[in-house]
Amino acid sequence: MNPAPELNRREMLRWTWRQLTSMRTALFLLLLLAIAAVPGSLVPQSGVDARAVEAYRLDHPELAPWLDRLGAFSVYTSPWFSAIYLLLMVSLIGCIVPRTIVYAKAVRARPPRAPKNFGRLPASATFETSASVDDVLAAGHRALGRARVDVVAPVRVPGPGRQIEQGEVRAESGHLRETGNLIFHISIVAVLVGVAMGALYGYRGSAIVTEGDGFSNALTQYDDFASGALFNPDDLPPFSMQVDEVDARFQMSGPQRGAPRLFAARGEYETLPHDGGPADDPRPFDIRVNHPLQVGGTSVFLVGQGYSPVIKVTDAEGNVAFEDAVPFLPSDGTYTSTGVVKVPDAQPEGLGFQGFFLPTAVSTGEDEAPVSAFPAAANPLVGLFVFRGDLGVDDGTPQSVYVLDKDELTQVKNADGTPTRVSLSPGQVADLPGGGTIELVGVKQFARLQISSSPMVQLPLVAIAVGVLGLVLSLSIKPRRTWIRARRNGSRTVVEVAVLDRVPRGDLPADLDAFLTRFRTELPEETA
Amino acid sequence: MTLEESAKALIVAANCVLALAFVAYVAQWGFARNVVPDRELVGAGAPASSPEEVAEERSDVAGGIGFSLTVLATLVLLAGVVARALAAERVPWGNMYEFGSVAILVALTAYVVLVRIWSIDWVGPIITGFGTMVLGASMLVYVPAGPLVPALDSYWLVIHVLGAIISGSAFLVGAAASALFLVKARAEANTAEADRAGFLWRIPSSAAIDQVAYRVHAFAFPIWTFAALIAGPIWAHYAWGRYWGWDPKEVWAFITWVVYAGYLHARATAGWKGKAASILALVGFATFVFNFVGVNLFVGGLHSYAK
Repeated sequence: MNPAPELNRREMLRWTWRQLTSMRTALFLLLLLAIAAVPGSLVPQSGVDARAVEAYRLDHPELAPWLDRLGAFSVYTSPWFSAIYLLLMVSLIGCIVPRTIVYAKAVRARPPRAPKNFGRLPASATFETSASVDDVLAAGHRALGRARVDVVAPVRVPGPGRQIEQGEVRAESGHLRETGNLIFHISIVAVLVGVAMGALYGYRGSAIVTEGDGFSNALTQYDDFASGALFNPDDLPPFSMQVDEVDARFQMSGPQRGAPRLFAARGEYETLPHDGGPADDPRPFDIRVNHPLQVGGTSVFLVGQGYSPVIKVTDAEGNVAFEDAVPFLPSDGTYTSTGVVKVPDAQPEGLGFQGFFLPTAVSTGEDEAPVSAFPAAANPLVGLFVFRGDLGVDDGTPQSVYVLDKDELTQVKNADGTPTRVSLSPGQVADLPGGGTIELVGVKQFARLQISSSPMVQLPLVAIAVGVLGLVLSLSIKPRRTWIRARRNGSRTVVEVAVLDRVPRGDLPADLDAFLTRFRTELPEETA
Repeated sequence: MTLEESAKALIVAANCVLALAFVAYVAQWGFARNVVPDRELVGAGAPASSPEEVAEERSDVAGGIGFSLTVLATLVLLAGVVARALAAERVPWGNMYEFGSVAILVALTAYVVLVRIWSIDWVGPIITGFGTMVLGASMLVYVPAGPLVPALDSYWLVIHVLGAIISGSAFLVGAAASALFLVKARAEANTAEADRAGFLWRIPSSAAIDQVAYRVHAFAFPIWTFAALIAGPIWAHYAWGRYWGWDPKEVWAFITWVVYAGYLHARATAGWKGKAASILALVGFATFVFNFVGVNLFVGGLHSYAK
């Protein structure tokens, strides 16, 4: 039964808490946070650009596994980065709480009494006047303006040889500095809480919708979808939209030729009531970059666009086995795009096509593959390699619509052994080896829409806006104590003034001079 | 000469004038290298005769020329930036070249104003030298005036980027003061009273310089908070569909914010006041410059059209 270890543990905890909440630790953690954020800007992040991460892995096969172990591809969700900001958060709260208590006491406190010797303070001055002690104290009170002021009425104190009259003014100003300081730090906690709530309850997904097609807000309609841990898919607001037109315009001439000028997706949308009642009347939308569509708490953004060639495939038996617009994903600024066409129902064998789409095809030479010269569809061209066999779409395993599963496919080749490639401009039909035809019926555009919601985003935004106001207060207000002591000496009053800044600044003497000027103008006229 | 060519020529001309201002400021320091301060010579008002008086007068004249040339450079640069805005038919900060020239215009204006109210002409060599460098280097990323890509076409461009320009310019003035604080504080600690000669002893004490540095940073930090952490995320939401996405530009804006927050805390922490705090201010400015140059040119990301 020895209580000592228990006490030690408590002391240890106390010591750890003190260390963690000290300014020095907060400063250290801040700088650590800055350093820890650096690698995420130099190594691609899977949460930001997953494709760049894949490319990085291929380029650095030796280094990538090590970076993986360190969490360098997802720095901002890694344990070590989280550890730093959580410690910082604890340190922050451990700083806010005691300071708020101290502040609450200081708010009610009266200004402290004047020190005995004004000469020891950083700035002080003495002058004489004929005004009475009462007048001096009243003038001082007026000159102090909006500071918190206590006037200690003149009393008779023992002086050299006889009793003299003496009084003092105690003033304290700049409480708002600490108010602002606390507001700012509390607002940072509110921002982090708000961001966390938004991440937990929010979601974000994207879908490619070709002109003429529709989208309804259900999980199955998304190409990709991510949500927070507390998000419930039943909470997806029910709405549907029909994309009628995708408008992409580019600079036609000059040094910026090919630069994007306008992206817009237009059509109609309708919201469906939660109770399953009839839909509202359709309303038009015109979504542009910087101008998302708001549907309830959800925003629909236009985050990309590209081309969907309309392909028609007739099989060897003369039946139309496929006719649809197929999105091809752009891979560069001139919209060189890649995609696949899957025709599992072609007879006698399934057909698959993989290739590219060029909005403005230019041939570079006799045997060279054409390239895209401009992002708008001025001279569209589809180039496709042909595959035959089982596409594997019916075996139940989910497949990407942008990748051909070639396990059970054979590439069709020419007599000389080179892969067969069909090139089509709009309206062109090509015969397929072994019977059947493929036609490029036309070219449509698609919009890549992002549908997302970050609930309670107002909390961090309002919090940080309030925080900045607090910050301005805490950086600009001077917490200052001023004392005036007036002592009657015969027919004259000796006035002593001293000021003390609780945050030392270099401009104190100048401020004291300015105050003295104000003070003396408040004094009654000198009488002879 | 088209409007765009006039803009380019004016900005180049402003850079030449600014380079001359820099030379004059360097001469101001150079002439005074042997001058002992605060030693009032007997018979003041008499024609300058001693070598020391001649040096002092030359230094003053060079400083006056430096300031006048800086004012001239600022006005010419203003004309260039206005011409650029008219040529592009929009606010003149849509790419790296324009950002650089407007940021230097704002920094020079701030300097000229602060010389008037706080007499900070002693940061002249650093401001004019750095400005010359930025304006010169921005010619390397020159792009003809033109319209903006859709993502930039928003009124947030005015708010967000202007906030970044104003705070960045103030960070430059703050960094210049912090650098001089370090030099002066070191000299004050290591130089015997008798050896105190040169322009360094004609500028305010390290404590007064620190005060200027603090005031400028206290002005810049809330604006940076607004530009990077309020206006930026709001615009990012509209343009890219998310408030914060750890894009390299966002990461470095955050790093800059954290380092300057560190500076403000360091000023109130025993053992960090003075030297360490001032070094943090310089590190903060370095992260800002890296965000402007390094991230734009070498890292990429969504903000890469800033080139």
